Amino acid sequence: MNNGPSIWSRLADVASLVATPLAPSHYLALVSPLAATHALQARVVAVRDETADARTLTLRPGRGWRPHRAGQHVRVSLAIDGRIATRTYSISSSPDRRDGRIEITVKAVLGGRVSPVLAREVRPGAVLSLGQPEGALVGPVGGSRPALFVTAGSGITPIASMVRTFAARGAMPDVAHLHYAPTGPEVIFGDELRALAAAHPWYRLIIVHTRDDPRRVSADRLDELVPDWRTRETWACAPRGLLEAIAACFEREGRTSALHIERFGAAIVPVPASATGGRVRFEATGTATRADGRTPLLRVAEAAGVHAPHGCRMGICHTCDATLLSGCVRDLRTGDQIDEPGRRIQICVCAAAGDVDLAL
Amino acid sequence: MTHQLPVSIDDADIEQFGRELDAIQREVKASLGELDRRYILRMIEIQRTLALGGRVLIFASLPLLPAVPLFLGVIGLGTGALGISKILENMEIGHNVIHGQWDWMGDPQIHSSTWEWDNVCPAEQWKHSHNVVHHSWTNVIGRDRDVGYAILRVTEQQPWKPAYLAQPLYSAALAGLFEWGIAMHDLDLGALRRGKLTLADIRDRLAGIGRKAGKQVMKDYVLWPLLAGPCFLPVLLANAAANVMRNLWSFAIIFCGHFPDGAHVFTEAQIGGETRGRWYLRQVLGSCNISGGPLFHVMSGNLSHQIEHHLFPDLPSHRYPEVAPRVRALCARFGIPYNTGSFARQLGTTLRTIVRLALPTRTTRTRPLPA
Repeated sequence: MNNGPSIWSRLADVASLVATPLAPSHYLALVSPLAATHALQARVVAVRDETADARTLTLRPGRGWRPHRAGQHVRVSLAIDGRIATRTYSISSSPDRRDGRIEITVKAVLGGRVSPVLAREVRPGAVLSLGQPEGALVGPVGGSRPALFVTAGSGITPIASMVRTFAARGAMPDVAHLHYAPTGPEVIFGDELRALAAAHPWYRLIIVHTRDDPRRVSADRLDELVPDWRTRETWACAPRGLLEAIAACFEREGRTSALHIERFGAAIVPVPASATGGRVRFEATGTATRADGRTPLLRVAEAAGVHAPHGCRMGICHTCDATLLSGCVRDLRTGDQIDEPGRRIQICVCAAAGDVDLAL
Repeated sequence: MTHQLPVSIDDADIEQFGRELDAIQREVKASLGELDRRYILRMIEIQRTLALGGRVLIFASLPLLPAVPLFLGVIGLGTGALGISKILENMEIGHNVIHGQWDWMGDPQIHSSTWEWDNVCPAEQWKHSHNVVHHSWTNVIGRDRDVGYAILRVTEQQPWKPAYLAQPLYSAALAGLFEWGIAMHDLDLGALRRGKLTLADIRDRLAGIGRKAGKQVMKDYVLWPLLAGPCFLPVLLANAAANVMRNLWSFAIIFCGHFPDGAHVFTEAQIGGETRGRWYLRQVLGSCNISGGPLFHVMSGNLSHQIEHHLFPDLPSHRYPEVAPRVRALCARFGIPYNTGSFARQLGTTLRTIVRLALPTRTTRTRPLPA
């Protein structure tokens, strides 16, 4: 076998030279967005309502998609009002699907900007931008110890991917699945999971309706619901309150290493009502300082001895743009607050609005 | 009146003028949304289709070579499409994206920090020479290197020297090779000549230009022609013609921005302690618009609205036409001259100035106030 570059990769090299400063993929995208490789896209091929406020989108990822492992999540971006918004969703389908499609299940968050659009407005045919699958919440593998899954609300989505995969492979391990939902109709994938539980004796599904039974998670309660929970390796995906309760149970038992936790989304710094500043961290230089809510971050950086390339210092030349890693800034010109990680911000006209991490 | 600008308006009015411009800018920025995004996506799609279509037509013309008129017709069409795509790519798309006009979308694919254009000048260097130097120091003699591009005398405030005698020739050469002139611009060869910079200072920038220009030359003058095998020459000539077409057009539009009759230049002393209002005023006094229809505006990258572009350099360009009447009315209200005219008038007076100032006219230090 010839280990040198194939004729195809040589052709691709030439093609990229004749397309400079773009890539051939930019021209392919004129014909089909899914053929593009410079930015991974996915087409929505079907939508299906799971509950009153959760909808599953079936996506056909374009070229370059790397198949996921059950339990992983993916970044999904779309333009809303002309602005790109990005959120992370667990992939709820099994990687064993033959058609190469994936599913995400989105619950419309009241007052949210992105989830209501995905859960109610996006129609089949729409094209979304996709990241590659990420995340380490990879569940039990064959022959492993008995497992316990604890989920609540839409936290069921990565776990569903695992359960579906075990079922499809005919290799269901000993799993107890404890799921919390307000009421029966609000259980995402309820019918399907109940059917799987009926068909697979090793898969035990326990659903708690918190509207009828508001008792919080505790060691006693776990003893009642899953008596052998102390011997099970556990995966939990739920809102913060439930995760903290579970973590406390495992800590008391000295079994922290047997608990794997998946939080929803990134930590969000609350936006203060008044223009107060916060702690500013410059990631690349490893410097941290404090800033008020009205000093431009460029000046904050300079005062802290951080080298920040800049030009006009008045918000027109974009030389000082820096990537916001987390936190929230206020555009001093408009009063708008920007809290989207990954956004490039003009630090000469933006001030801290709470804690800020910048890639500077 | 404490300012030293060539217009009779008092300080309070200048600041009021500035506040009203700020309000226009805020209002337009607040209204940006889905329709604007669709505009730029559509423009990019049209431009890429024209580029691809142009190259396909150039190749399609080659088998027709025995039938010379048909060959010339098809290759001419292809060259025209490629030239127009290069004009759109550099002007309505590239220049404006690199200004950050589309950064509000937060789209990593269409962002000033990542955009590279179909031009031998690296986007990174253009951001400095144009966005920073030219847009901050617009028309300030000695600071804005766009005043004459370090080789031309375009205002009587530049003292005459014998080298300017040949400037009609330099201008013609610059027009045809405009993208190369732009690429050299950030090197500040003037400072190198005066000994303020050494070769070591500009080595990195020179290397950057070399890398970028190398790829561009390879594409248009080596690889595409080679793909045509024995028809190497027609493809090379067609690509060269498309590049020259873009160069001549962008030269003409850009020279109409600040050099037509009536455009003001400033000394550093005049702009000392400049407030936001006075900065706005300088942008209006130093910039010139070109009148025309919607297609003309798009083909000029909306630099036909040079005044609005200088006031609001990061406002999406396709919004300048709607802003222009408001800016013009505001100028009329405050008695500020608003320089606009036909393409023939603006280009004609610019070329006349280049010819006239080649000769040793008197160097004026101050300009009379307009009547």
